[in-house]
Amino acid sequence: MSFSPQRAEIRFGCGLSPQIAPPQSLDVLLAGLDGPDAMAERFPVLSYDAYWQRRAQWLELRRKRRKASGARAAALADQTRAANRRFFQDLLQGVGQNVQRWSRTGTGFRERLALFWADHFTVVGKSGPQRSAVASYVDAAIRPNMSGRFADLLIAAVTHPMMLAYLDQQASVGPGSVFALRKGDTRGLNENLAREVMELHTLGVGGPYSQQDVRQLAELFTGLGIDKSGGRTFRPGRAEPGAEVVLGRSYGGDRAGLEAVYRVLYDLALHPATADHIARKLAVHFVSDSPDQGLVGHMSARFLATDGDLRAVYAAMLEHPAAWSDEAPGNVKPPFDFVASACRALAVPEARLRDAEPGQVNRLIYQPVRAMGQFWQRPAGPDGWPEADEAWVTPQGLSARLRWAMAVPRRLLTDLPDPRGFVDDALGHAAPEPVRFAARAAETRAEAVGLILSAPAFQRR
Amino acid sequence: MTRTLSRRAFLARSAVLGCSAAATPFLTPVSYAAAPWDTRLVVIILRGGMDGLDVVQPYGAPEYDALRGALAGGPGQGASDLDGFFALHPALSPLMPLWVRGELGFVHAVSTPYRDKRSHFDGQDLLEAGTAGLGEVRDGWLNRMLQLVPGVEAQTAFALGHGEMKVLSGAAPVADWSPEAELSMSPQAMRLAELVMQDDPLFHPALSEALMLSGEAPSMMAEEDEDGEGMMMEPPRAASGKGMIPVARFAAEQLRGDSRLVSFSITGWDSHRNQSRILGGALGNLAETITTLHDGLGSEVWGKTAIVAMTEFGRTVRVNGTGGTDHGTGGAMVLAGGALRGGQVYGQWPGLEEAALYDRRDLMPTGDVRAAAAWILRGVSGLDRAGLEGTVFPGLDMGADPRLLR
Repeated sequence: MSFSPQRAEIRFGCGLSPQIAPPQSLDVLLAGLDGPDAMAERFPVLSYDAYWQRRAQWLELRRKRRKASGARAAALADQTRAANRRFFQDLLQGVGQNVQRWSRTGTGFRERLALFWADHFTVVGKSGPQRSAVASYVDAAIRPNMSGRFADLLIAAVTHPMMLAYLDQQASVGPGSVFALRKGDTRGLNENLAREVMELHTLGVGGPYSQQDVRQLAELFTGLGIDKSGGRTFRPGRAEPGAEVVLGRSYGGDRAGLEAVYRVLYDLALHPATADHIARKLAVHFVSDSPDQGLVGHMSARFLATDGDLRAVYAAMLEHPAAWSDEAPGNVKPPFDFVASACRALAVPEARLRDAEPGQVNRLIYQPVRAMGQFWQRPAGPDGWPEADEAWVTPQGLSARLRWAMAVPRRLLTDLPDPRGFVDDALGHAAPEPVRFAARAAETRAEAVGLILSAPAFQRR
Repeated sequence: MTRTLSRRAFLARSAVLGCSAAATPFLTPVSYAAAPWDTRLVVIILRGGMDGLDVVQPYGAPEYDALRGALAGGPGQGASDLDGFFALHPALSPLMPLWVRGELGFVHAVSTPYRDKRSHFDGQDLLEAGTAGLGEVRDGWLNRMLQLVPGVEAQTAFALGHGEMKVLSGAAPVADWSPEAELSMSPQAMRLAELVMQDDPLFHPALSEALMLSGEAPSMMAEEDEDGEGMMMEPPRAASGKGMIPVARFAAEQLRGDSRLVSFSITGWDSHRNQSRILGGALGNLAETITTLHDGLGSEVWGKTAIVAMTEFGRTVRVNGTGGTDHGTGGAMVLAGGALRGGQVYGQWPGLEEAALYDRRDLMPTGDVRAAAAWILRGVSGLDRAGLEGTVFPGLDMGADPRLLR
């Protein structure tokens, strides 16, 4: 197999759309990564700065409430509840905008990469306010850096305040730092970020690093934190004095600071183990749970040859014949991808999602995706969502997919499409005969549409 | 109606579906082998931080009334006296008959090794990981227990809810289901779904299992809505953690069959404000869950069942300004079941004097929840101490046997 427009849109994009043509060539597919991020501009999410302001107001409310009593306390409690609801609505708005991007984009590979890298650099909010800002992290740190050098993406993600908060970097103090000595602070070093940078973000769990490297990297990271305005900062007082040795190389000997943090991240980004790890992960996500070794090797070699130029690595993947193989069943779409690609196939009007109340987004998208096993932006840990198809095709996960497919499309559309035509809209030329039969034989339009969307031919890519 | 995975029920359903019994891993012959052990275990994660001091109230402690203020309980406030020192929150009074029979017990002043930061998120992660520190493992302690026991099958353990039971996640096979995931389609839609999935190695067996676990025969009563567009199927939603009766009923049905371990969560314990209302509701859920399990299991299976309910941390000893309590440290475990040696409050009581408190604000943890859990696992599955201290709870010292089970 080699490139075909429909396969490209299904496997590497957001799925087929009756309104938007798939990319006609490999060059067009790759060119979709260049130029401005049209979807992020057209369907914006709450910015990090706006979140930080809301958070400040919310903290102030909570502070006042603690001091207040009687009727005033009750009024402040109501305001706090309203603020909490608002954060959840912000999160839901982000969900809706992501579905819009998937539904309307002409460059679906971008949306796929945004989810891939947001998962590779997983951030989970630990509170309602923080959860409302994960979408802003993806738009600020991930999306602008997905097609440049991996080192830049790594630095943008790892040093973003949301990541620093998530992996406890904010709390990490060098045991020999001025701060620790003065305060007698017992919190000390927190290795969380350093460990995940090596294990998940760069070298991979089998990579050539030791606990000593983790500890040294954690010491090198001390000082990195979040300032009062919510931005990334370096607090020299908390930095561990002296040089640290990571993978045999010395950093931070002259002066602790962001410069040394960037240098070690650059070196980790270009490590051969990182090249293998990233190549393999991309191949697993886009092509197959057990990808062709030749494909992985080809991508990894390109990574090393180009100093981690991600666009070149994607090109290496797409030009390899194994990327287009249809010998085994394709990967199963995770729940969000399933729902968003279904909305795209159904051509849900832009205004329908734009005008939807937060409660509707909750009922029709957010809760169902959770019932399918994917609690949006809240994976269990920093390793993100599972790639294995088996993790998603469980009895209850599949039950939720079927129920969504049968129940939700007619709540999103005024008129359901004719199932006989919808088979082609959703599945293209490759629609299997049993699905065509089911589309004709179902007793109602809702069931026919539901069956087409439930078919493995749509659930896989 | 039965939801137990009996061969007969499956064959009846296979006839409707026209699908093959060999297609589902639940029904390979080996899955009818004897279960790896006989005692039933239910592990309930109480998410949000249950206030152990309000559940098992130390009304006999001299400092109790002053510290607890408006939340002070005890027999004078409607709580059931347990032993002259502790009293049980009124919302758990439906469980008092179990206490009297020695089928309800508690472990007081316990916690995970988690200290000081008091985040729900990290606290629950650590509770479910079963390790001393965060980020050491990616699987949960119940799954590691399953990995050590030979003969574990897909239906031995059930995670009920929506993929959030980290305590059961890992390499050992675990079935996941939730009663509200129930599929009910018209017979025609069911046959067609079977048809479109028939050639897929993953979708086909998952569909068969989903239909089987959905229990009821396919509904012939498909309701038409106004425009005649078929059944009024509702969008799927995730379990809320409230209204636990369907979950408990389903759990009991599985445990009466080949399942030996079920785990699920009950939420709603984070009582920063208006604790009497919030905790009363959550405890009502817990009581309902336990009585539903009791009734659903029947006396024979109940007699060999242990239920363990645990939370990520306790709450502050003092009441805050809004009639609630904030995140604390030492808390309590709730134990029930006929396998239990109940009728007592286990644990080493630290006292409520200022100097005895943790950080001068929380109940001092004098025991590790993992040690109590480990002794229960030992009693349930027969695993040896080396496996429990080395693999299930790496680095744990189980200490002396508190003999929690009969």
